[in-house]
Amino acid sequence: MSSNRLQAMPRLIGWRVLKMAAMVLAIVVVNFLLIHAAPGDPASAIAGQSGQADAEFMRQLREQFGLDKPLPLQLWIYIERVLTLDLGVSHRLQRPILTVIFERLPATLLLTGTAFLIALASGVALGVRAARKPGGIADTLIMGGSLFFYATPLFLVGIVLVLVFGVWLNWLPTFGMETVDMPLQGIARATDIARHAVLPVITLAVFYSAVYVRLTRASMVEVSSYPFIKTARAKGASETRIRWVHMLRNALLPVITLAGIQAGHLVGGSILVETVFAWPGIGSLAFEALLARDYDLLLGIFLCTSVVVLTFNLLTDLVYLAFDPRVQAL
Amino acid sequence: MRSFIRRYPRMVIGASIILAVICLAIAAPILFPFSPWEMRGAPFEPPGSPGFILGSDALGRDIAAGLAHGTWVSLLIGGVSTLASLGIGISLGALAGYVGGRVDDAVMRFAEFFQTIPSFLLAILLVAIFRPSIFSIITAIALVSWPPVARVVRAEFLSLRKREFVQAAEVLGVSHFRIVWQTLLPNALPPVIVLGSLMVANAVLTESALSFLGLGDANWMSWGFLVGSGRSVIRIGWWISVLPGVAIVITVLGLNLLGEGLQTWLNPRLSKRDLP
Repeated sequence: MSSNRLQAMPRLIGWRVLKMAAMVLAIVVVNFLLIHAAPGDPASAIAGQSGQADAEFMRQLREQFGLDKPLPLQLWIYIERVLTLDLGVSHRLQRPILTVIFERLPATLLLTGTAFLIALASGVALGVRAARKPGGIADTLIMGGSLFFYATPLFLVGIVLVLVFGVWLNWLPTFGMETVDMPLQGIARATDIARHAVLPVITLAVFYSAVYVRLTRASMVEVSSYPFIKTARAKGASETRIRWVHMLRNALLPVITLAGIQAGHLVGGSILVETVFAWPGIGSLAFEALLARDYDLLLGIFLCTSVVVLTFNLLTDLVYLAFDPRVQAL
Repeated sequence: MRSFIRRYPRMVIGASIILAVICLAIAAPILFPFSPWEMRGAPFEPPGSPGFILGSDALGRDIAAGLAHGTWVSLLIGGVSTLASLGIGISLGALAGYVGGRVDDAVMRFAEFFQTIPSFLLAILLVAIFRPSIFSIITAIALVSWPPVARVVRAEFLSLRKREFVQAAEVLGVSHFRIVWQTLLPNALPPVIVLGSLMVANAVLTESALSFLGLGDANWMSWGFLVGSGRSVIRIGWWISVLPGVAIVITVLGLNLLGEGLQTWLNPRLSKRDLP
């Protein structure tokens, strides 16, 4: 990294962080608009139309949101509340929303993080293999498989895995994150969690792996026609080295970009996977909130996962900035 | 015809699948002239039992009837929501690409916002808060899926604007509206058509996921609902979830093949990154 690039980094990072803050603010405004665009009284929208909310709770909500005040002032009150990390109280769970979300966040990060890494590694490896001989047997098989999994809904993959490995073969647990009836410690507990994680992680990884296979293959085929590959060959570099070093380094850039963009998509996928496997993360929390019509909790989940996704985007941006010599401007 | 099939096998396979699915939708009321919600016999009859080619569910409803009638929702929502998001995407993309400058900046930031946030969660919120109905589902899917269209149209407009025939039209004093409508838009259309068919596939997947979570329109039978309803009884009757799921896979696969085939046929300069 040259010295003037090093000097430019703080300004670039500062700019990205500013952009992220603007995005978070925009999401808060979207949440506010959703509450107010809902049919009926905003308080009833927040409390949900389940009839669980009593008059006292509704009065409390109206006061908390300042619903008797003009709209711009209400927006200001709402933003102020969110900025002071007050996301309200879930009326169903009777606990602060932020606390509930933070409790569930690690499970989701474990699931999505592992699935993301596995999808990226397997997708890139298979994509490179497929690009070795376009039109060959390996290419046809790999691309056929990726076409199939690209078209398969996540929840169906999950259900079929539950059926085959849980019900028919009875090899792996298909419910929850750990065995509840016998408290385990240390390595035994880690193994237990890992066994529970196998099927949900595969379910989530398979779709994204299909996406990365397609992109890596396309990008490798494109790079293979570039002059510098001919140069490397003329220099006498081995085919393996050309493929994994010269070509892949260049072919990976679009994959990194897409991986960053897809973080938000991964959260959506984890809602479905966690619902199928009763994985105790944000996704199943969202499903529970949906069933209980706990919209305030759902809005809080939307905000918090957006912040996580934006942070992840910021990190991939920085990785990109550090690795791609062509990135100079904003 | 034969050479066309040989040259674009994917497009022909994809188009045949979609044609078959459309025929199934049309034939559904004739093949199963009763409500798919109606109990037709004993529960948990496996596929192939008398009266139930594809088996029955936990309430003795006919899976085959549900599958055939459910075709409507997938096709309707997939098609209409894609048309709506094409409408939003083309208008905003054309505006950004034609006007440029600050308008372009603003539109692109707006698109970026929708592409970064967890869009499926936003769709869930929209459908839940506005109550599940065909209309709210279509609106939600359209609202979260327009950004790739806007990006593609904008990129096409930016490159077309520099071409001589467009500059000639400007010099001749042709109105902005006519330049956009008659000169730029038709030339920008091929990649949008490709993107459109892939978006229908995505919309079908999103709709099925929403119905799976219980956010479907209660008046319409849908594949996602069937998969979701069979989930809790998977140990007793695997077919209740799996068969409608296979219907989703076949339809989405057909749409993807059609889209890829169209792409080779029209050969547009569509960046892989813009694909949903």
